[in-house]
Amino acid sequence: MAIFLTKDSKVLVQGMTGSEGTKHTRRMLASGTNIVGGVNPRKAGQSVDFDGTDVPVFGSVAEGIKATGADVTVIFVPPKFAKGAVIEAIDAEIGLAVVITEGIPVHDTAAFWAYAGSKGNKTRVIGPNCPGLITPGQSNAGIIPADITKPGRIGLVSKSGTLTYQMMYELRDIGFSTAVGIGGDPIIGTTHIDALAAFEADPDTDAIVMIGEIGGDAEERAAEYIKANVTKPVVGYVAGFTAPEGKTMGHAGAIVSGSSGTAAAKKEALEAAGVKVGKTPSETARLARELF
Amino acid sequence: MDLFEYQAKELFAEYGVPVPQGKVASTPEEARAIAEEFAAAGKPRVVVKAQVKTGGRGKAGGVKVADGPEDATAKAEQILGMDIKGHTVHRVLVEEASDIAEEYYFSFLLDRANRTFLSICSAEGGMEIEEVAETNPDAVAKVPVDALKGAPAEVAADIVARGKLPEAAAAGAAELITKLWDVFVGKDATLVEVNPLILTKDGRVVALDGKVTLDENAEFRQDLEKLTFAAEGDPLEVKAKEKGLNYVKLDGEVGIIGNGAGLVMSTLDVVAYAGEEHGGVKPANFLDIGGGASAEVMANGLEIILGDPAVKSVFVNVFGGITACDAVANGIVQALELLESKGEDVSKPLVVRLDGNNAELGRQILTDRNHPAVSQVATMDGAAAQAAELAAK
Repeated sequence: MAIFLTKDSKVLVQGMTGSEGTKHTRRMLASGTNIVGGVNPRKAGQSVDFDGTDVPVFGSVAEGIKATGADVTVIFVPPKFAKGAVIEAIDAEIGLAVVITEGIPVHDTAAFWAYAGSKGNKTRVIGPNCPGLITPGQSNAGIIPADITKPGRIGLVSKSGTLTYQMMYELRDIGFSTAVGIGGDPIIGTTHIDALAAFEADPDTDAIVMIGEIGGDAEERAAEYIKANVTKPVVGYVAGFTAPEGKTMGHAGAIVSGSSGTAAAKKEALEAAGVKVGKTPSETARLARELF
Repeated sequence: MDLFEYQAKELFAEYGVPVPQGKVASTPEEARAIAEEFAAAGKPRVVVKAQVKTGGRGKAGGVKVADGPEDATAKAEQILGMDIKGHTVHRVLVEEASDIAEEYYFSFLLDRANRTFLSICSAEGGMEIEEVAETNPDAVAKVPVDALKGAPAEVAADIVARGKLPEAAAAGAAELITKLWDVFVGKDATLVEVNPLILTKDGRVVALDGKVTLDENAEFRQDLEKLTFAAEGDPLEVKAKEKGLNYVKLDGEVGIIGNGAGLVMSTLDVVAYAGEEHGGVKPANFLDIGGGASAEVMANGLEIILGDPAVKSVFVNVFGGITACDAVANGIVQALELLESKGEDVSKPLVVRLDGNNAELGRQILTDRNHPAVSQVATMDGAAAQAAELAAK
């Protein structure tokens, strides 16, 4: 069954005709994703050939949905236009919008998140500044390399792209139900808690690996949620123990402010909730392996 | 990006937020000239304030009242060049002294947990708001702000009422808060803090201090360049920024290059753990060359790190996800050749760990090239240990 994304998902790509969009649409198609169209108002009615697969371009998300029954959109639109693209997806009431774009001003993210809420949260937003999600063997919405792992029974949720890949690779023999990259921005749509809830409810997931990093208190809140609601075993990892205070470490949201947002506090909270937390990615993989 | 107080107040003034009159000076003579202007306007009493991006200036002696130009010059002389928590004072703000009746606190900030904005308002101003929240939580009102609705008059009035600001200040504070919201949105700020927000003896509400953090992601629509004093930053960070690299200078000996923010943060941790076994060596920097990891970016990154005199060994930690490891390996080889052709010293030991897509191919390329500085270790933990050991020698 997996979470958020299955073989039945019909995927649109906003920004498909741009360089990143084109590159990753080709990769998504190659990994079996059912890409039903791209969106670009200036190229509506045209189509793009991806190694023999003809993908139509629609003038809007709404048109794409009407023509194809699409229920997922992956957004590669540049930061300047990303807010408009997400709002268009929300207006079209698509079920899932995966925002890959890095560098969106946080005021824009706050605005489209509030907008999604004002429209009754009919659209699940994942990201921004995330690698997207993959249900191995079924569908891949975003930029996660499809060939580093296989289908299996671990659910993975992570703020970081490369740590997601690293973990998927280390546990490739066990495999994953779904891996979700939720992104490293200060404001994101889908949170650790949302993914934990979905994995807990998913009959195809037996164990959950959760990767966090410095900044904010999402991991602490996830720990509380796990304690109260998650019965499946959870293994955790937190990056940034050595990060200095007040410096942004690559991700816009990865910053220790004063004494809040430290990796140590997150690890402690997770352990208090019964989560086994690895000191390094490889130790984390080892802990996850012990569950199988 | 944090602003200096005087920059914050310039933004405030641009949006009509009342602030004391003042100008910035970088020498005692400039401070005197500003104080003379105030004296000529019948305001001989001024405040000389150190401009540093850290709290506790007052306690450190960085804020002094001066009576007249002579005194202002002397006070500026004392303050300029001071070290406040590791920040050197390069500038002072010389502004008219205010007659303070009461001090309050106000801020707009990001509320990450609720994925929206928050306002914090309190009638207890002038001290750290965290302290007030701890000792007297009832005195601190935290009011969520709808990103779409903002802080128009009725919202601002509600915030002021919940912050229990007195009647005399309520109308003025509400008006100021609405204007501060315009600063917050108009300048793409993630923090706008006024502490203290004051009521003057003649009944005006004024922002006596200002702290503003701007969102660097908004660079495409904001002029952040003119607010930056690049030359005052760490020279390696400045150089890295010019090359578009995501680099943070740290105080250790093991240079770090990796792809992806999470993986690089993780690499710093693993190196620090390994350093515990090797004389306490630590990571020298954070450097994320991004998912792509091209030869040119690799070369730029290596150049910065090898140019850091504190670096004794380098750990290149790449996971081939989108970019396959053979491309990364070629990037490393080309980067070394590029640096050698520019006459750079590339003799510091480089420990490389390649994993993920086409890892074997990538390792083979590096083995074939057989560069004397480069050694390979297959695992992240093993490579970190070797890099730490080499740095401890």
